[in-house]
Amino acid sequence: MASLQSLRRKIASVKNTQKITKAMKMVAAAKLKRAQSRILSARPYAHQLREVMSNLSQRVNRASHPLLSRRDGNALELLVVTSDRGLCGAFNTNILRRAVEFLEEQRGQGKQVSVSVVGRKSIDFFKRRDWPIRQEWPGVFDRLSFEHALDIGQNVVSQYHSGTFDHLYVVYNEFKSAMQQEVIVEKLLPIESLHVSEEGEKPSMGGGYLYEPDEGELLETLLPKHFEIQTYRVLLESAAAEQAARMTAMDGATRNAGELIKKVTLFYNKTRQAAITKELMDIVGGSEAIK
Amino acid sequence: MDNSATTVSAGKFLLEVVTPDHRLLSQEVDYVSAPGSEGDFGVLPGHCHFLTTLRIGELQYRVGEQTEFMSVLWGFAEVTPTKVTILAEIAEKAEDINVDRAEEAVQKAEEQLKRGGLPSEVEEARVSLEKARLRKKIADRHRQKGGARLS
Repeated sequence: MASLQSLRRKIASVKNTQKITKAMKMVAAAKLKRAQSRILSARPYAHQLREVMSNLSQRVNRASHPLLSRRDGNALELLVVTSDRGLCGAFNTNILRRAVEFLEEQRGQGKQVSVSVVGRKSIDFFKRRDWPIRQEWPGVFDRLSFEHALDIGQNVVSQYHSGTFDHLYVVYNEFKSAMQQEVIVEKLLPIESLHVSEEGEKPSMGGGYLYEPDEGELLETLLPKHFEIQTYRVLLESAAAEQAARMTAMDGATRNAGELIKKVTLFYNKTRQAAITKELMDIVGGSEAIK
Repeated sequence: MDNSATTVSAGKFLLEVVTPDHRLLSQEVDYVSAPGSEGDFGVLPGHCHFLTTLRIGELQYRVGEQTEFMSVLWGFAEVTPTKVTILAEIAEKAEDINVDRAEEAVQKAEEQLKRGGLPSEVEEARVSLEKARLRKKIADRHRQKGGARLS
């Protein structure tokens, strides 16, 4: 049976852990609030731009811009977006599992795969395995800004232009709600048209579409912009999802610690009472013997 | 985030103004005029498909008898028969413009222009002057309309 002292120590240690998880939960909640408002306000722009893009890409000749034209090459790159820090539940595990699944599947189809990674967790993960890392961006999420998206976007686009890879996919956690994240695999390059948007009627294909300035110039400005904004959105989604995951995980940890404390305290009290009873009995037994 | 109405009343169309930071406006309107990079253009319901870049300028839209103003700085506009989407880098509603700050910015930019300096500095001053003048103009119009804020 555990001694009273070791039980006391155990209770104290769990209480300390609980304090930490509680504090982390509060911090995550505060950060989540900020991250959430950022992603929610960035989404409309990204979505509208995407809609414009997909309308446009149905009309123009795909070969007219390198970011639109499909290539036959079989080099594929996956951009993996994870967090920099741990202690956020299954957040990173889910992504990395999905990423490896995807990479193996593509490799099985004869594609030549490489990865670019954002976030220390995925850098560590892929370094320990034999997937070729082309580029890594650690520490992006400490102070996430549009500059980071620009940096990543420009690097990837220039590599795409120079033919390092022919397809670019991204895997990231989408922020659904504070309780829910969803792992998403998306094709980034070449830019694909989406399903025809539900809102409004289906635009008449090939119908007269006016461009100002001309089509080429417009694509030249619109496409890179679109790509940067989408990258930015992915980063924001991931940042918000990370904080949400951490908050949930730490909430669970705090609760578990509470339960553990309750259990151990109960056991401690029982043990203590048993010891007292035993002592009493010894005393009573002793005084009986003296009579 | 459930936004844009799927059905639009007759004779109107949907105007959406979004910037990278937020959705500024999503409303049914009768008429829109916007600063295209190759000239201002006006849109009435049933306009043909049209895609353009925007310059620094003034966005006007009319709902019933009421005309509203807004500043837009660069970006894109997509026009379809039932919807106009303005994707601006920066946009401000007239009532949100801080007139004092705009006037200050005008002065500062004018001084910088007079002083001269590196070509990049001059260019920067020229752009910020244009921006500030636009803000001021729109804010003034808003005031003239009698919609000045009480505070």
